[in-house]
Amino acid sequence: MISHFLKLEWKQFFRSAAFGKSIGIKILMGFFGLYLIAMFLFMGIGAFYGLKKFFPEQDPLVVVNAFLLYAIIGDLIFRYLMQQLPVMHIQPFLTLPIHKNNIVHYVLLKSSFSFFNVMGLFFYIPFSLVLIKEGYAVPGVLGWCALMMLLIQSVNFLNFLINKNKTAFGVLFVLLIGFFLTQHYQLFDLPGTLGKGFDFVYRDPIYSLLGLVLLLVLYQLNFKQLRSLIYLDEAVSQKVKEANTVDLSWTEKFGDVAPFIKNDIRLIWRNKRTKTVFLMSFLFLFYGLIFYTMDAYKDSLPMLMFASLFVTGGFTLNYGQFIPAWDSAHYKMLMSQSFRYRKFLESKWFLMVAMTTLLYILSFPYLYFGTEIFLMITAGAIFNIGFNSLFLLYAGSFNRKRIDLTKGGLGNTQGTGATQFLIIIPLMLFPMLLFWVFDKFVGYNSGFVVVAAVGITSLLLKNYAMNFIEKKYIKDKYAMINAFGKES
Amino acid sequence: MITIDNISKKYGKAVVLNVETITIPKGQSFGLVGNNGAGKTTLFNILLDLIRPTTGKITNNNVEVNTSEDWKNFTGSFIDESFLIGYLTPEEYFEFVGDLRGMNKADVTAFIAKFDVFFNDEIIGKKKYLRDLSKGNQKKAGIVAALMGAPQVVVLDEPFANLDPTTQIRLKKILKELTDNKEITLLVSSHDLSHVTEVCDRIVVLDKGIVVKDIETSTATLQELESYFSV
Repeated sequence: MISHFLKLEWKQFFRSAAFGKSIGIKILMGFFGLYLIAMFLFMGIGAFYGLKKFFPEQDPLVVVNAFLLYAIIGDLIFRYLMQQLPVMHIQPFLTLPIHKNNIVHYVLLKSSFSFFNVMGLFFYIPFSLVLIKEGYAVPGVLGWCALMMLLIQSVNFLNFLINKNKTAFGVLFVLLIGFFLTQHYQLFDLPGTLGKGFDFVYRDPIYSLLGLVLLLVLYQLNFKQLRSLIYLDEAVSQKVKEANTVDLSWTEKFGDVAPFIKNDIRLIWRNKRTKTVFLMSFLFLFYGLIFYTMDAYKDSLPMLMFASLFVTGGFTLNYGQFIPAWDSAHYKMLMSQSFRYRKFLESKWFLMVAMTTLLYILSFPYLYFGTEIFLMITAGAIFNIGFNSLFLLYAGSFNRKRIDLTKGGLGNTQGTGATQFLIIIPLMLFPMLLFWVFDKFVGYNSGFVVVAAVGITSLLLKNYAMNFIEKKYIKDKYAMINAFGKES
Repeated sequence: MITIDNISKKYGKAVVLNVETITIPKGQSFGLVGNNGAGKTTLFNILLDLIRPTTGKITNNNVEVNTSEDWKNFTGSFIDESFLIGYLTPEEYFEFVGDLRGMNKADVTAFIAKFDVFFNDEIIGKKKYLRDLSKGNQKKAGIVAALMGAPQVVVLDEPFANLDPTTQIRLKKILKELTDNKEITLLVSSHDLSHVTEVCDRIVVLDKGIVVKDIETSTATLQELESYFSV
């Protein structure tokens, strides 16, 4: 039985959408995974010495123990928001001759190996190794490390028990703040007290078995709960969200383009991935803070120009690069309707320009960093509005990857192809280069003027460019319908 | 109204469609039957200029479909769920299609009201997105959207599939009334032989991309089709 499930897991892993991706993305995602692991490893190894340096009179293990409660509750909150029991994919097994107990064990055990549980190990194991190397008692460290692993697993199962419960989340949050405040004002130090318990486990490792007891109890509770709920109308049901309809009749003043604008607004707001893109574009506003405050970039004006493009360009870049793949699911339908393709494109253009303008207005506080920075942001905004919006529309005609809007948001690379990598050159490097050349050889202000001038020229040529872009889309229509029709 | 002239479609060496000539006069209700892979959907997709034929051309009301887009103004179609926009509610979807077909909000509301019985209270005012509706209800919405804006040609691929019995009967009635006054040309494909024979004046049988039968519907047609398909 177990071998059956293992075989399925194997196939699921290697046949998953992530593996079907092009080699470039695989490498990129591989690097990202390695980066995360490296970060945790680094923290695990470095924590001991770091703590030793900052708190020379204290035992690093004791310091870590004193803060473990925060780590556990923080982990729980993080999981509450992100992790869910992978129940949906057991649906095909329900009618097969497999004992329901086995199905439940399978789901629960599978969750034990989730990303959330593995990540912590990359901290605790190296930390323990360092402890042993530094002469801590081996049985004590092993007991402590075992307890940590058991606690990670316990948190895993505790999360599934409270996950459906909104008040539990509130309680967690209040607890976290409560612990902090009581500790801060020295009323009562629960994290510290609990930390003493962890110290005790180090001295007497046999007590790490308490973690095992906790884990078994939580597992049993999970088992009981899930066992009684694996019915299609209970745990194994897809949640249907109620539609929220907002009156968008204000868009009507845009005339012919209005139906498409309405559609695009709904597209963005009602799908996870597009919503993430939308909200992320506000985070990009803060991109400048990193660059403008770092001394390393103070004198590197092209780098600052680069950052300035991002400040207002978050939406245009992230949304624009996947036009028209956002509409890939219903592209056939659009192509059988009677409208000028131009309207469809104009609506996307309008959205990009409107969002860039909004982000520009929100970037006014950057005036604090001086007029030069602000001029750069202004030039960047003009470039984003004039050149980048049009260029992204054109680049979009090369998109041949379907995007399934029902799939999740963060870290979803569906729809990414060679186009996405190639467009970075003209979008970002071209204005940087332009700025650098004029700044270096002509003089300071000419850099801004030229970047802004390219933007304004593009804007003036918009009609001409749109004609050209429209023709390209119409020419590539069949290839796009074909590509968007394929499941990715 | 519609002329199919030497249409063929090849993928590599495989010929999936090879139709010499079919002329569909105005007002005819035309049924297309055939087993899986017979080329029904391919033919409809070529008619809607969604894929390009390898050879030949289709004209829809004297408009050659892959050179001009004017046919879109008088042709309504529903092929599959990819014709729906999943993140819209049915109301919003009708409004969107209505906008594209030159209907204002009042027109759309009045038009949709005519289908109250057909919708059976499962489409309008449910606060659900199209992607969350059942297959049958999605189909209902798609079919009605295809009828919006007074089209002269209506193309429906397997309209009866996934519908409940009551709705199938109601749909048959709607389709028959549609072609009553011989103004609207209707093209449907179906796997249900009795439904097509009931709705259509003419039935063409495709097999592996080739027309094997072209029948004016009569009382004997159902029998003839059943004996053809029972191999």
